[in-house]
Amino acid sequence: MSLHESFLVYRNLLYPKVATAMTGAALVWYAVDSPRGVPSGSTWLGYTLGTVAALLVVWLMWFGVRKRRYGPGEWRLEAWLSGHVYFGLALAVIATLHTGFRFHWNIHTLAYALMMMVIGSGLFGIYVYARYPRLMTDNRRGETLRSMLIKLADIDRESRAACLNLPDDFAAAVRISHQETRIGGSLRRQLSGVDRNCGTTRALARIEELAATVPAKLDVPVMRLRRELQRKQALVAQVRLDLRYKALMEIWLYVHVPLAFALLAALTAHIVLVFFYF
Amino acid sequence: MSESYEVVIVGSGPAGVSAAGRAAECKVSHLLLERAPHFADTIQKYQKGKYVMATPARLPLRSALAFAAGSREDILDTWRAGLEAKGVNVRFNSEVVRIAGSRGAFEVKLADGTAITAANVVMAIGLQGNLNKLTVPGAELSLVQYQLDDPGEYKDESIVVIGAGDAAIENAIALARQNRVVIVNRRGEFSRAKTGNLNQIRQAIESGTLKCEYNAEPVRIEAGRIALKGPTGEGTIACDRIIARLGANPPRKFVESCGVKFRSSDAKSFPEVSNTYESNVPGLYIIGALAGYPLIKHCMNQGYEVIEYIRGESVLPADEPLLEEKFAIIPGRPGVNEVLDRIVATVRLFSGLTRLQLREFLLGSEVLVKAPGEPVFLRNDYGDTLFAILGGTVAIEIDVNDPSRTVALGKGDFFGEIGLISGRRRSATIRAATECTLIEVPRFAAIKLINTIPATKRLMDETMLVRQLRAYLEQGLSDEDLHDLASTAEIVSFNVGESLIEEGAVGDDSVYVIRTGSVKVSRKIGGRDIVLSYVPAGKIVGEMALLRRAPRSATVTAAIKSEAIKLDGGAVRRVLEHNPEVKARFDEQARRYLLNDLRHEAEIDHSNIFEFFLAQGGGEATDMLLIDEALCVRCDNCEKACAETHDGISRLDREAGPTFGSLHIPTSCRHCEHPHCMTDCPPDAIHRAPGGEVWIDDSCIGCGNCQVNCPYGVIQIAALPPPKPGLLQWLLLGRGPGPGEDKSPHKSHDGKSKAPKLAVKCDMCRDIKGGPACVRACPTGAAVRRGPEETMMLGRGVQ
Repeated sequence: MSLHESFLVYRNLLYPKVATAMTGAALVWYAVDSPRGVPSGSTWLGYTLGTVAALLVVWLMWFGVRKRRYGPGEWRLEAWLSGHVYFGLALAVIATLHTGFRFHWNIHTLAYALMMMVIGSGLFGIYVYARYPRLMTDNRRGETLRSMLIKLADIDRESRAACLNLPDDFAAAVRISHQETRIGGSLRRQLSGVDRNCGTTRALARIEELAATVPAKLDVPVMRLRRELQRKQALVAQVRLDLRYKALMEIWLYVHVPLAFALLAALTAHIVLVFFYF
Repeated sequence: MSESYEVVIVGSGPAGVSAAGRAAECKVSHLLLERAPHFADTIQKYQKGKYVMATPARLPLRSALAFAAGSREDILDTWRAGLEAKGVNVRFNSEVVRIAGSRGAFEVKLADGTAITAANVVMAIGLQGNLNKLTVPGAELSLVQYQLDDPGEYKDESIVVIGAGDAAIENAIALARQNRVVIVNRRGEFSRAKTGNLNQIRQAIESGTLKCEYNAEPVRIEAGRIALKGPTGEGTIACDRIIARLGANPPRKFVESCGVKFRSSDAKSFPEVSNTYESNVPGLYIIGALAGYPLIKHCMNQGYEVIEYIRGESVLPADEPLLEEKFAIIPGRPGVNEVLDRIVATVRLFSGLTRLQLREFLLGSEVLVKAPGEPVFLRNDYGDTLFAILGGTVAIEIDVNDPSRTVALGKGDFFGEIGLISGRRRSATIRAATECTLIEVPRFAAIKLINTIPATKRLMDETMLVRQLRAYLEQGLSDEDLHDLASTAEIVSFNVGESLIEEGAVGDDSVYVIRTGSVKVSRKIGGRDIVLSYVPAGKIVGEMALLRRAPRSATVTAAIKSEAIKLDGGAVRRVLEHNPEVKARFDEQARRYLLNDLRHEAEIDHSNIFEFFLAQGGGEATDMLLIDEALCVRCDNCEKACAETHDGISRLDREAGPTFGSLHIPTSCRHCEHPHCMTDCPPDAIHRAPGGEVWIDDSCIGCGNCQVNCPYGVIQIAALPPPKPGLLQWLLLGRGPGPGEDKSPHKSHDGKSKAPKLAVKCDMCRDIKGGPACVRACPTGAAVRRGPEETMMLGRGVQ
């Protein structure tokens, strides 16, 4: 028996079971239902499914509140997330059935589209949560971010020392590595995990050029410098990858949450319009 | 014509100023003489900003001057104001060189020749008198000093500190912040100082903050240099300053020259004084550190009391009403002195204490009266107090399944000591058999008692040995057998990593009963050390070789600092031979271990993660936070939850801490069985709750000893952050730092902030319904808290 239980299988798949039951019931009802006219949001089934879907949307958004209330009580956030994920998936089916597959260029379909985008980004979130933590740990190889940065500072010091016996051009190259190596930065740089213009890479290339011009007696210090910069390159790549994983694990929320609020607005409009104008 | 006073008080430390204040209050003609140009010289010489404590906390203060725990500066200011207000008659720069005469007619002679007559003399000169000085050539040079007023005064100097006591260590560490410091220790290790200081100096030397010359003594001092003689010969160290803190002796010669007799010829002994502080010279009273009471509060109380005695008033000791209240519960309502007499006569454990020590000790203890059948404590309760029986008998239930099988303890006996030493739960239920009167002693006081009175320690060790043997070898052994075993027994201690038993050894068949700490059992398999199991306090190791008559089958090493009772194998074998029932149980146990070992041998990975786990304190943790990094999305919600439920300071650092495979152990309290943090807490603010949590109460003074003693770095000394705007304000208006700890650098650091910095650490959310917030707030189920038994099953799931 493992010490830890993932939110995806929380309590022996309790939430998937309930959500499946709900979805199953909705599908069955949809299949057997023979409404007057075509299936749509305004049949009995349609109204029922619509109400359930709307309530689900509100409950799903309540997760954001629950997450930020840290007080006493017998609640567990893991249970809420497990429910959130599986009822979110059930919502996709239920809301689709509610539409009766009637889509037009109006606010009602907009609400539906926003909802599907929210759920879609949520699916991406699940993928990211399932895959990246382990990758991040493997990439770290026992270090913490702080310790990696400290190591980088140490390498900088070593490479400065390694230049002392070499012509000044080498020091200039090393300075490029120190001053123009950027870790993190813009969203694109964080997500990509690489820096096309990395100072260390350029410094290394320059060192290679210079190495060809120096006498053989300087081979040893040049090799030492090269080794330090290569270490730095590998370490910087490791740190950048770490930041990439972190960014990936966070970025999808910047889509998921704002879209959910947009959904809330559109949903309100949808409900008001349906009840007061139809 | 010489001046004449009713009382002359020599020395203006806490005792002297308190006496002078009282005399002034009562309009008794008095003169306070002080040889330095200011009062309270010893306290004036404390390090700048030093926090002075007001222990014993429970003792009421009875003095004309006020005193409360605080910085040295505050205390001195309070006294200065008090002395002025009372109109105390004080004369500085007046060293007393002779006191002759007796009550009614003393002649006190000063260094400048002045003679003063007095009816009574109170000597309150303390111990500072004779600072031990260096006697080597060059000791008179100006670079040598025996005092350090302000460590911040010196910058970027090379300083040599000579000495290995509290003062030398404190000075060296304080100076090392801005200077290059070498500390010279005559011996090969630091052992004399307070535990907190010992830990600090070791850490400082290990981390290179300062250097230490062990087994070295100065032989010569020159301008800018000191020559030391060490184990490898002589060497010199260039230095700008030498600070020698070599201790002081009571100014015996001077005191004896006044006609006072000391208790013994031992250099450390104190003068003989009566219950009213009078020495053998009638009218000459001695109070304070010189009488053997170095604590400031005692000194001040004594200053008050001695003036009362001189005035002919009888005064009850300051703690009398407290003790009276405490003893009120005792049947028959005996008086305080009667109870004290009874205690001294009955309870051997306390027989080495002086009357005053006994009173102080009892102030911190509880007196209980239990009706027949009432439990004193139940098996598996968490408890760390010691009980002494003043009257009546108790029954120890030795058989879990049959409560009628009991062993009785009566008047004068003690119990509860196992919880004290091994930090584990109570091993048996104990009930009152008849109506009994018990004294319950808190852990801190009991440990101090054991450590200061050798007779008590001996009695405890002997009794505990027999009891532990009886418990661990299980009942059924006769007293004879037990004493046979106890007579061969030896108490041995092991540092981390030291081995009790080596695999393959022949000839040694000692059996060890683990008294405190824990050990791990490992075997070399395929060239690697495979850890087979972990044995906590209360269990036995080494009996396998005995039963199988073969070389040792495994190596046993201490996982944390441990103590064990080493029993002679031959004696154990003899005892087992006449007790077939016990032997059968042993055999059964051995069989189970064998099976267990075989199973674990196959699980090589189990061993590695086990080792990792033990190294992180798993061996002594009662509840650890474990994070599965394969599930953890690094959202830090656990940290935010901790901060939000604990006044804005997170007691958890998620990212920090080591990882093995995907098991990550963050920096968070392990709630150790034998909490290292409790070792040296001056206000005794750290406790273990009935649920097992180790928590720090409000009486914390922020001294930082616990932080230094914790091997896992889980304690911070932090001040309460200012209140912040609520969640909605942050969400909608962007005000405030939002949920979690405010990690941004503080904008307004006005230096005048009075928020005290106190020790904070995880308290397992003991006051919060629902339990640990970190676990509840983890969205993916990555954070769990587990006790040791569950985590021992680690090997299987976590890979």
